[in-house]
Amino acid sequence: MTPSRVLTGMVSLITALALAGAAVAGDLGTLVVNLTTGGFGDRETAINALAASGEPRAAPILEALGAGRLYVRPADKAVVIGKAQGNQLDLTDALTGKPAGTASEDALQRVRINNRLRGVIDDAVGSLTLLSPDPRMRRSAADSLFKQRSPSALPAVEHALAAEKDAGIKRAFAEARASIILASNDASKAQKLEAISVIRGRGDRDAMGFLQAAASSSDADIKAAATAAAGSLNQTLAVWEAAQNVWYGISLGSVLLLAAIGLAITFGTMGVINMAHGEMVMLGAYTTFVVQQVILAYAPGLFDASIVIALPLAFLVAGVIGVLIERSVIRFLYGRPLDTLLATWGLSLVLQQAVRTIFGPTNREVRAPSWMSGSFLVGQIDVTYGRLWIVVFALLVFAVLILVLRKTPLGLHMRAVTQNRPMAAAMGIRTPRVDALTFGLGSGIAGLAGVALSQIDNVSPNLGQGYIIDSFMVVVFGGVGNLFGTLLGATALGIANKFLEPYAGAVLGKILVLVFIILFIQRRPRGMFALKGRAVE
Amino acid sequence: MITRFLWQGVDRKLRWFIALVLAAGIVPVLLNLFTPPGSALHVPAWALQLVGKYLCYAALALAVDLVWGYCGILTLGHAAFFALGGYCMGMYLMRQIGSRGVYGNPILPDFMVFLNYKELPWFWRGFDHFWFAAPMIVIVPSVLALALGWFAFRSRVTGVYLSIITQAMTFALMLAFFRNDTGLGGNNGMTDFKDILGFPVQADGTRAALYLASALMLALFLLIAGAIVGSRFGKALTAVRDAESRMRFLGYRVEGYKLFVFVLSAAMAGIAGALYVPQVGIINPSEFAPGNSIEAVLWVAVGGRGTLIGPVIGAVLVNWAKTYLTGALPEVWLFALGGLFIAVTLFLPRGVVGLWAQLKAGRERSRRVAPA
Repeated sequence: MTPSRVLTGMVSLITALALAGAAVAGDLGTLVVNLTTGGFGDRETAINALAASGEPRAAPILEALGAGRLYVRPADKAVVIGKAQGNQLDLTDALTGKPAGTASEDALQRVRINNRLRGVIDDAVGSLTLLSPDPRMRRSAADSLFKQRSPSALPAVEHALAAEKDAGIKRAFAEARASIILASNDASKAQKLEAISVIRGRGDRDAMGFLQAAASSSDADIKAAATAAAGSLNQTLAVWEAAQNVWYGISLGSVLLLAAIGLAITFGTMGVINMAHGEMVMLGAYTTFVVQQVILAYAPGLFDASIVIALPLAFLVAGVIGVLIERSVIRFLYGRPLDTLLATWGLSLVLQQAVRTIFGPTNREVRAPSWMSGSFLVGQIDVTYGRLWIVVFALLVFAVLILVLRKTPLGLHMRAVTQNRPMAAAMGIRTPRVDALTFGLGSGIAGLAGVALSQIDNVSPNLGQGYIIDSFMVVVFGGVGNLFGTLLGATALGIANKFLEPYAGAVLGKILVLVFIILFIQRRPRGMFALKGRAVE
Repeated sequence: MITRFLWQGVDRKLRWFIALVLAAGIVPVLLNLFTPPGSALHVPAWALQLVGKYLCYAALALAVDLVWGYCGILTLGHAAFFALGGYCMGMYLMRQIGSRGVYGNPILPDFMVFLNYKELPWFWRGFDHFWFAAPMIVIVPSVLALALGWFAFRSRVTGVYLSIITQAMTFALMLAFFRNDTGLGGNNGMTDFKDILGFPVQADGTRAALYLASALMLALFLLIAGAIVGSRFGKALTAVRDAESRMRFLGYRVEGYKLFVFVLSAAMAGIAGALYVPQVGIINPSEFAPGNSIEAVLWVAVGGRGTLIGPVIGAVLVNWAKTYLTGALPEVWLFALGGLFIAVTLFLPRGVVGLWAQLKAGRERSRRVAPA
C-alpha cells in the first residue's frame, strides 16, 4: 500500500463519518424542529416520530417539552432547554446536550403544548424508557406501566417485551402487559384469563388490588378466576405480612437486646439496679457523634468507617465512666439495692444535665455510613441495611459476651462472685476488683449499644430515658442472671410488640405488653429462666 | 372514740408537729384575709397557692413513707395514685365548666368537642356531682393499689422486682393517658377550670380555702399515720420491713399487712392529688412520668425515712429549692437534684431529721475510739 492510497482512504473514511454524523444530527434536527412548528395535531405526530426514532436525546427533549422548558432562540432558531438560575435561564442545546449560554426568559420563545399533548408526551416518555439501555430504567418503567395500566402503552410494552433479553425484566414487562390487558375493554376473554394468572404470579399488594378489581367483572369466568386468584394471593400475602412482622419484631428485639444486655450483667450478676444504664447508652451515642464530627473535620475519606471507629471508643468512654461510678458511689451501697437505685437515678440526672450543658438540649445528627443506608427486598419483606446490621451487631455482642463469661479468667471470676461472694473471696479472688470490672463491662456494652442506637434514634440527652424501663422489663422477663433468658426475652417482647401494633396501635400495644409483664412477674417472680440454687434471698 | 384512738396513738413530738402544721395552715389564711394588701404582714394569694402545692407534695411524701419507711416496699409508682386522684378531681372540675368552654358545649368538655366526640364516655358519668367525684378520688387509686398489691404481695414479689413493677405500672398509665382515644384529654390533659363547689377557682377566697384544706388534710394524714405506726399493727409492719420471712414463720399473714398499708397509702396519695389539681389549675399525663414517683421517694429520703415528720420536711425543702433553683439557675437544678440523690443515699441514710442523731452517734464513736 502506498502512502498516497492510505491518505485517500483516510480522507474518504473521515468524509463518510462526517456525513453520517450530519445525517443523524439532521434527522434529529428535523424531528425537533417539527416539535416546535405547526398545529397541535402536527406536533402530536412529531412527538410520536421522535419517540419512535430511538434517539438517546429523545427522552430529555420530550421531558423538557412536557415540563414547558423547551424554548426556541429567535436569534439563531436553535431549540434549547432552559433551567431557571436566578432571573436567568441556563440553556442547553436540545440536540447535543451541550451548554448554550444563558438568556432571560423574555428573549426566548417557549414551545407551547396543551393537555392532550401532555398525555401523548407522558406515554411517549414511558415507551422511551422501556427501550433504555439501563436495565434499572427499564425495570422501573415496567413497574410504573404495571401500575398506570394505560391502554395506549400496550404496543410499546409488547415491542419491549419482544426485544428484552434479561429474564427478570422480561417478566416485569409480561406483568405490565397482563395488567394493561386486564384493564382494557377490547382484549379477548382468553387473553384476560391468561393475564389473571400472570398477575397472580407477581404476588404483591398491587397485584392484589387489580385482581380484586377484576373480581367484580361482569363475565362469570373472569370473575371466578380473579376471585380464586385473589383468594390464594391473599393467603400468600398474609404469610408475608406475618413474616414482615416477625422481621420487625426481631429488629425491635435486637434493639431491646442491645439496650438490656449490659443491664443483664450489672443487674443480673451483681444485683445492682443501675438506673443510669440508659445514660451509658446515651454516652455511647454522643461518642459516635463526636467521632463523626472529628472525622468530617479532619479525614472525610474515613467517613464510612466512622461507626466502626466509634465502637471501641464508645466502649471505653462508657466503661471508664462505669468503673468510676462503681468506685465512687456504688461500692458503698452493696447490699442496699433500693439505695443504689436512688443514687444511680441521681447519677443519671447529673449525666443528662452534663451532656445537655456540653452539647446543648437539641437533637444531634449522626449520619448513616453508605453501607448502612438503603434496603433490599426478600420476597415481599422490605429489609433496610441499617436494621440488618443492628441485628447482626446485637447477636455479635451477645456471642462475644457469652465467650468472655465462659472462656476468660475475668468471666470465671465474675461467675464465681455472682454465685457465692464470700467463698470466692476466700479463694483469693479480689471481689472489689471483679465488681468494678463487671460494672465497667456492663456499662461499656451499653456504650456499644449507644453506637448502634445512634443510627435509629434521636441523639439527645434524653436518649437513655426511653430505654431504661424497657431494658428492665426485658431482664426481669427473661430471668435475672441468665443471658440467654435476656436474648429470648428481648426477641419475644419485640415480636409481641410488633404483632400487637396492627391490631391495637403502637401505644396500646406497648401498654398491653407492659401489663402482660406485670402479670407475668406475679406468676414467675424470677422471670422465664430463674437461677436455681440457694442464692434466693 | 376514733378521735381518742388517733390522738392517744400519737407520740408527743408528733402532736407538736401536727399542731405546727395546723398553725401553718390557719395563720397565713387569716393574714391573707384580714390584713390589707399593702401591710407587711399580708400573705399574698400566690404564696398560699405555692405553699399549698408543697403541702400536697408533703402528703404524697407521707404516703410514700408509710409504705417505704415503715413497710419496706419501695414504690416507684406512687405519683400514679396521686395523678389518678388528680384526674378524678379534674374530671369533676371539667364538668363544672358547663357551657363556658371555648366551644360552649353544655355537656362535652372542649377537648372532646375538638376530638369529635358525640357523647360523654361512660366513665365520665356522675362526675358532674361532687358527691360522686369525692369518693372516686379515694376509690380509683385504692382499687388499682388493691389489684396490684393483691397479686404482687400474694406471689411474694419483693424488693427491686416490686419497684420495677410499680414503675412499669405508672409508665403504662402515662402512655395510656397520653392517648387521645382514652377520653381524658390526651397530652394536653385538663385545664381552664372555672368553679369548685360553686366558688370560682381563681378567686383569692377559694385559694385560701384550698390552702387551709391542704393543711388540714396533711394534719389528718399525720394523725392517722401516727396512730397506725404507734399501734401493735404498726409494730408488726416495721417487723415485716426488717425480717419478712421471720414474720411469716411466726404465723403473721404478711401480705395482709402490706396490702392494707399499700391501699391506705394509695388513697392518701389520691386525696393529695385531688387537692393539688385545683391549686395548680392543670392536670396532664406527665404527672405519671416515672421520674415524678422517684422524686417523691427522694423527698422521703431527704427528710428521713421511717419518721413521719421527715417526709413533710423533705418534701417542702426539696420543692422550695426546686422553685428557687429552676427560677434562678435553671441549668443547676438537675445537677443539684441528682447530687442530692447521691449525697443523701451515701451520707444521710437517716435524712435531715436523723442528722442530729447521726452526728451524736458519730461523736460518741470517735470519743470511744480516741482513748484507745
